[in-house]
Amino acid sequence: MDNVKIRELSKIATKARILGLDAIHSANSGHIGGAFSAVDIMTVLFFETMRNIDPKNPKQPNRDRFVLSKGHGTAALYPTLALRGFFPIEDLKTFRHIDSYLSGHAEMNHVPGVDMSAGSLGQGLSAAVGMALAGKLDHAGYRVYAMMGDGEIQEGQIWEAAMAAGKYKLDNLVGIVDYNRLQIDGTVAEVMPLEPLKEKWKSFGWETFEIDGHDYAAIAQVFEDAKQIKNKPVMVIANTVKGKGVSFMENNVNWHGHPPAEDEYQRAMAELKKALEDLEG
Amino acid sequence: MNTIPNRRAICETLMEKAGQDKTIVVLCSDSRGSASLEPFAQAYPQQFVEVGIAEQDLVSIAAGMASCGLKPFAASPACFLSTRSLEQIKVDVAYSQNNVKLIGISGGISYGPLGMTHHSTQDIACIASIPGMRVYLPSDRHQTKCLMEALVADDSPAYLRVGRNPVEDVYTSGQCNFVMDKATVLQQGKDITIIACGEMVREAQKAGEILKQKGISARVLDMYCVKPIDRQAVLDAARETGSILTVEEHSAFGGMGSIVSQIVSTCCPVPVVNMALPDQPAIAGTSRQVFDYYGLNASGIAENAERMIKSSGKIYPEH
Ligand SMILES: Cc1ncc(C[n+]2csc(CCOP(=O)(O)OP(=O)(O)O)c2C)c(N)n1
Ligand SMILES: [Mg+2]
Repeated sequence: MDNVKIRELSKIATKARILGLDAIHSANSGHIGGAFSAVDIMTVLFFETMRNIDPKNPKQPNRDRFVLSKGHGTAALYPTLALRGFFPIEDLKTFRHIDSYLSGHAEMNHVPGVDMSAGSLGQGLSAAVGMALAGKLDHAGYRVYAMMGDGEIQEGQIWEAAMAAGKYKLDNLVGIVDYNRLQIDGTVAEVMPLEPLKEKWKSFGWETFEIDGHDYAAIAQVFEDAKQIKNKPVMVIANTVKGKGVSFMENNVNWHGHPPAEDEYQRAMAELKKALEDLEG
Repeated sequence: MNTIPNRRAICETLMEKAGQDKTIVVLCSDSRGSASLEPFAQAYPQQFVEVGIAEQDLVSIAAGMASCGLKPFAASPACFLSTRSLEQIKVDVAYSQNNVKLIGISGGISYGPLGMTHHSTQDIACIASIPGMRVYLPSDRHQTKCLMEALVADDSPAYLRVGRNPVEDVYTSGQCNFVMDKATVLQQGKDITIIACGEMVREAQKAGEILKQKGISARVLDMYCVKPIDRQAVLDAARETGSILTVEEHSAFGGMGSIVSQIVSTCCPVPVVNMALPDQPAIAGTSRQVFDYYGLNASGIAENAERMIKSSGKIYPEH
């Protein structure tokens, strides 16, 4: 991937962070840390990787699908979808408001571009397995991407889905673990350790890749590489930083699910605007 | 106004008891912060188990511990605890009669803006329909404390639901008139009875005052014990006041109002109106906005009560 492309993706992701921060600020509620760890990957998916995406026709049958299994990541997903043209950017200001269609967690029937409702952790990978199985049955060429939180994969259902995907050799399915190493009450290692994580997925019949989840070129490349894998599903373990892009939020467990106070909002916004200026400069 | 949420009262009671009673164990599923149980985890690390984001595991592990003589309290958001783990509650806790106390936090529409995945508006229906399960929705922090003391002392399974935010006090400390499994009479009355549970009790209490000013004598009952419900209090209300208005932060199906209606229609038919959330995903907003939207507030309760009295025993068309 050339530098021009990288800069372009980087600008989009920074804009998405700005919009996500604004949405959370206007709602006075929202999950910022896990949105910012995930937004670079979503940017690459929606602006580079996923095929047959048409914002004018969001339910086009042959589209690649994206399941945000960690459904609290809407402060990344909604800005990405808005920037991609699925709905007006201004609407993000109504995020989580009582009369808004932009609900706190991803909802497939209200928000254009959302392929599966989520919010109860642990269910999305199973839904993605269903979509991938349907794709196989229909001989449709689409691919399915499912993003999970690292804390989320403590749910047993994830591993039920992992077995099913292995059994059915779903090479049209790509899972992504947003490995930011934090959940609500502490580090993943303290709350319930996952390691050796790669080996776990391997032993369930998955091909695994490990990347830096903030390196646009590496993200785009891994999804291309995944297409070469036949007869098994692919799990991308993306090493990420919770709160990425705002210095005082990075790797800080306190920034899971509470909104910034006014001065914190101002400081965060200043940092993101500066980053955008530097990219545009 | 009180700033202590009911969940804090739960932690306080558990901390008071856990020093003496080493069989008390608390289990969380990445929920200790949300449940205000961090101080317990700090003070009693040997009596605290963290299972990760795994509510089914949480309930079955608790059941296993109970089968070995421990007294587990498993705390997780009510929405996930009551439905994700329902099978585990049915078999491992209730059917097996393992003394697990399930603490559903941030119940009802406490997590308003987070949307329907985070609302627990069917937990009473789900859990009360399981034989052997008790269901409690305390109204304020003082009553929560009394209830917790009773639950620590007894030895059968129960589900307790509290909300997320601090609620105005209904009682004063030490003046709860708490009797286990008996409704608390907040106001005596003869024209109608308002029966409420959980966070709706304070609203019902205020409605009782509004009605009093209008010359209407409403009996107000705090039915924190949804199951086993206080049948006698329900039947007395039906016989003595002639009509009943129930109010709860739950679906209209299978909640406290349904249980009251069944008792009344079977044993002493009088008009009953159930105020509850409608049969659709609740609108997402702050809990106050959601309550106001559906009229689940003091003025909405008072209006309905007045209408019931005016229509002298006729059931409203909209119900
Ligand atoms: C079934 C279920 N249990 C609990 C929760 C509450 N919850 C929301 S986010 C979260 C932590 C998630 O951690 P992680 O998956 O690591 O997300 P991230 O760090 O990417 O934000 C929890 C426990 C939930 N939404 N669903
Ligand atoms: Mg995480």
